[in-house]
Amino acid sequence: MPPSYGYFPGCTLRGTGVAYEESMLALFETLGLPVQEVHDWNCCGATSYMSIDEGSAFLLSARNLAQAHQEGHQELLAPCAACYLVLRKTQDYMQRYPRIRQEIHEALGNGHVGALASVRVRHPLETLYVDVGVDKIRSRRVREWRGGKVACYYGCQLVRPFAEADRDHNPMRMDELLRAVGVPTVEYSLKTKCCGGALTGTIHDVGVNLNRILIREAARTGAQAIATVCPLCQYNLDAYQWEIRKQNGDLDMPILYFTQILGWALGADVRSLGFQRSISGRKTIQQWFSHAEKEVYA
Amino acid sequence: MPEPRGPVRIGVYTCHCGTNIAGTVDCKALAQYAASLPNVVVSRDYKYMCSDPGQDLIRQDIREYELNRVVVASCSPHLHEHTFRTALRVGGLNPFYFQMVNIREQDSWVHKNKTQATRKAKDLVRAAVRRVAWHEPLERGRVAVHPDVLIVGGGIAGIHAALTLANAGKHVYLVERDSTIGGHMARFDKTFPTLDCAACILTPKMSAVRSHPNITLWTYSEVTRVDGFVGNYKICITRRPRYIDENLCVGCLECIEACVYKQAKVPDEFNEGLSKRKPIYIPFPQAVPLVPVVDPETCIEFKSGKCKKTCIQACGDRHAINLRMEEQREEIQVGTVILATGFQTFDARKTPYYGYGMYPNVYTALEVERLVNASGPTGGEVVLRDGRKPETVGIIHCVGSRDENTHRYCSRVCCMYSLKLAHLLKEHTGAEVFNFYIDMRTPGKGFEEFYQRLLNEHVHFIRGRVAEVTDWVYDPSEAGKLVIRAEDTLAGFVRRIPVDMVVLATGLEPRADTTEVRRLFNITCADGFFLERHPKLAPVNTFTDGVFLAGCCQGPKDIPDTVAQAGAAAAEAMALIDAGYVEMEPNTAQVNEDLCAGCKTCITMCPYHAISFVREIYKSRVNEALCKGCGTCAAACPSGAIKQNLFQDEEIFEEIEGLLTNA
Amino acid sequence: MERKIKLQREADPDWARRVSERPGCEGLFSCLQCGACSGTCPLSIYMDFAPRRIIALVREGFRTEALASKTIWLCTSCYSCAVHCPRQIHITDVMYSLKREAIQAKLYPARFPIPVLAQEFYRMVRERGRNSEFWLVLRMALRSNPFVLFGMLRTGWDLMRTGRLSLRRDHIPDVKKLQVGLLPREVA
Repeated sequence: MPPSYGYFPGCTLRGTGVAYEESMLALFETLGLPVQEVHDWNCCGATSYMSIDEGSAFLLSARNLAQAHQEGHQELLAPCAACYLVLRKTQDYMQRYPRIRQEIHEALGNGHVGALASVRVRHPLETLYVDVGVDKIRSRRVREWRGGKVACYYGCQLVRPFAEADRDHNPMRMDELLRAVGVPTVEYSLKTKCCGGALTGTIHDVGVNLNRILIREAARTGAQAIATVCPLCQYNLDAYQWEIRKQNGDLDMPILYFTQILGWALGADVRSLGFQRSISGRKTIQQWFSHAEKEVYA
Repeated sequence: MPEPRGPVRIGVYTCHCGTNIAGTVDCKALAQYAASLPNVVVSRDYKYMCSDPGQDLIRQDIREYELNRVVVASCSPHLHEHTFRTALRVGGLNPFYFQMVNIREQDSWVHKNKTQATRKAKDLVRAAVRRVAWHEPLERGRVAVHPDVLIVGGGIAGIHAALTLANAGKHVYLVERDSTIGGHMARFDKTFPTLDCAACILTPKMSAVRSHPNITLWTYSEVTRVDGFVGNYKICITRRPRYIDENLCVGCLECIEACVYKQAKVPDEFNEGLSKRKPIYIPFPQAVPLVPVVDPETCIEFKSGKCKKTCIQACGDRHAINLRMEEQREEIQVGTVILATGFQTFDARKTPYYGYGMYPNVYTALEVERLVNASGPTGGEVVLRDGRKPETVGIIHCVGSRDENTHRYCSRVCCMYSLKLAHLLKEHTGAEVFNFYIDMRTPGKGFEEFYQRLLNEHVHFIRGRVAEVTDWVYDPSEAGKLVIRAEDTLAGFVRRIPVDMVVLATGLEPRADTTEVRRLFNITCADGFFLERHPKLAPVNTFTDGVFLAGCCQGPKDIPDTVAQAGAAAAEAMALIDAGYVEMEPNTAQVNEDLCAGCKTCITMCPYHAISFVREIYKSRVNEALCKGCGTCAAACPSGAIKQNLFQDEEIFEEIEGLLTNA
Repeated sequence: MERKIKLQREADPDWARRVSERPGCEGLFSCLQCGACSGTCPLSIYMDFAPRRIIALVREGFRTEALASKTIWLCTSCYSCAVHCPRQIHITDVMYSLKREAIQAKLYPARFPIPVLAQEFYRMVRERGRNSEFWLVLRMALRSNPFVLFGMLRTGWDLMRTGRLSLRRDHIPDVKKLQVGLLPREVA
């Protein structure tokens, strides 16, 4: 029995990114990998906290790492790419800057700063690739892929500036995992081009423009869906297609989490994978993922 | 503790060095203090001790005061130890009765507080005065220098050095790893800034090498073992089998024509893989020696044993092809070695965001040199991998250079060759050419004028390091092209420029086997390139006497600088040979055989392989010619059997006592 | 006709040096001004000063220009610049430090949505330890430009019908302990 992975959902996975949590938990259960949510986790601070106060930003992550450590976790899964980056960055900066280490030490009280470095922050993409492996995933496939081509979109936080989850230029791990279950993936030149993050909520037109570029190019390569690893990317590409459609009339592309695709291929209950949460491409999702016994949107 | 032999009479000289020392250290007080020290007979201070009058002071005092020891407190021994030792010698005293105190680099230049600096200077002088009493007279040994020279590497550097030495009557072994000499220069089309044809200026020199009676040319060969020391090297060279006898082959090349492979199938290394060759081949038509090579990896006869061997038939009566040829070992003796092993180009796959290897129409500079060359894979026609002719070209500078992620240094030649390629590409295709640079580095003779010429040829110069080359099309006008996105920092906006062809100005890097080669010859590296003894004053010498450097193996440079350096290396070698002998610095170690226990600890510790084990008497012995005086063996010897001249225990202990005791 | 010339008394080189001493901003002075950062930044085409120019401004001590720019707020911290920089300068961290300073110095347009979002985010997490996207966007819109809410109606409806619009106001049990550690920085 492998040791359980500590799990840090982050605020978005309880809000707009709910399908990510659903599908990830379903996928990990299918693979027999125990996942345990860290109690009492707090928001990671994302980019906003770092824009206001550095010390507080690092403290938020330090507290999460301390919680995880206290609960006995040596590995901490953070599916949201932004949370993943912030946690990793906190560890990195604590190690490199004595001043930050000192601040955190004082703020956490008797929290052992050294322990924070001992918790390994993981992303499910990298965990599946390294701990489980492409071959095992391939051998556990239960359902045959009925869908079209998929463009794998990695976004920015996952592969920059730390290239541990995957490499920065032309990453391939998601592609390989999906191909292992029979999904044809396309050569997509914009794999790691930023989706604009929170810009769609603030400077809306600029944000939508960035996403228009991503979706148009995916369509041009022949992809009929986009697979993502980050809830903000998924949201941006999914929720604003109605605006993008104004210029590209026939676009209605499902934006899926890679865990949804893998979970489906490995036989998880279709309704536990959060397909019903998608806004765009619902017809396509119905065609691809509906199962003989169960409908996707029941 | 035994006393030094005889009465000791010391002269101490404190140098002001203008205000360099005197500005911080109170030299008069120092000189007065020195005069009060035991055994000091005379103590002076003077403005510039290294000058003639300064040295005269020493010489006169030796006579007048019958001095038998001298201490000079001034600058670093690196600068003037030799000067003052010579002054002693001229004054009639053994030069090694001298001790130098550095009160400049180690005192006045690094401290601000005058009182403390002066006190430190006093401590240092006191220590030196106590030490020098124990100095012994030493003589420099002499070793004869063998007149032959080994030059490793047959590029333009090796060729020029070889010709210079051979013309001076010295016998030269020129060893080259490839099957022909010529190096990278043989692959270039035109050279900057004159646009001279590289082959036209190189091949006469290559011919001269072949026909020179004083040059033994061994191609397809490698140095495998080096023993010995300056003036007396014993070197083993392995000559790989070409399977064609050089003495019998006349260079008719019929064998290549007759090869059973009617179509060439093997990627041609000379043309950077842009064309194909046969298993039996010659790298280029002007190869020296003009003898083909059989590649055992791809020749059918070697792989299966079942070939018609039409090559042997074509050779006919000459019987030059011998497929059973074996490698030969040669052992030679030389006095000096010149390393001219050259460079390799940066592998553009390490900067994947430029698309090399991913998009077919992204080229490296060396590939383009072959493309524009009339004897290249496309006969000088610039045709892309997909068959098209480029209408727009983007040349990206600094690929693999000036970059913490790849190489920090500037590769020095890329701006110039990028200008050259811009000119050649424009000339061959009429395309619109864009050069993307960070700084335009054109320092040599005629270089800035060449840049002006290119500006007037309407080549675009965009100052902005290219971030990426992409095939993602934003605007319909970009369809089917590669897009270069860069900030035009001078005009002030980000631009997308669609091009048909991308040329990467890849930098120069040290060869992959630099570590092995430097271990063979016992030299050091920095940044991967072989390290020169002094960047300004000894650019061709290494820290190993007798081994010299020439060309890009020492650092990126262009052809004029390479040739100049090759000449310099040849001159240094010639200086040793014509002097006939080499004087050794006497700070060597010696084993007291009575005390040596034969434990061999010193042998394993010696970084210069200078100690050998004499089996007959079961003792270690130091080869004083190889010994560099590092002191490791003396410190490591568990029996205390090794002493080192100029750093004997008594000398060191006295110096320590002098520093710590406040007289 | 506007007269644009910078006098040396307008530059603050001490400030430049202080910025370079902040964690993450070390390589500031080794910048070559090559422009690779601007070339790769997906938002540079919308910025008033490209990232390279911000570094140039900071180096020479032009504090007001740098802090009042829209550039620092358009930065989405995608780290493309940091990864491409040949001097390995963490440009993203420089941007963050300028954002923090701009908020401290109140050097941004009053209702500019991005700093407002950051501040509302900060408050919410301070209050409850977690944030709720719905309430966050609501508060941000009310403070910067309420009219954007109309444009968001469609998206809001889409999220609600797919069960992604959580009105829940999550909070962690021991938020007091968290607040003790978090610096009580008043962010107007």
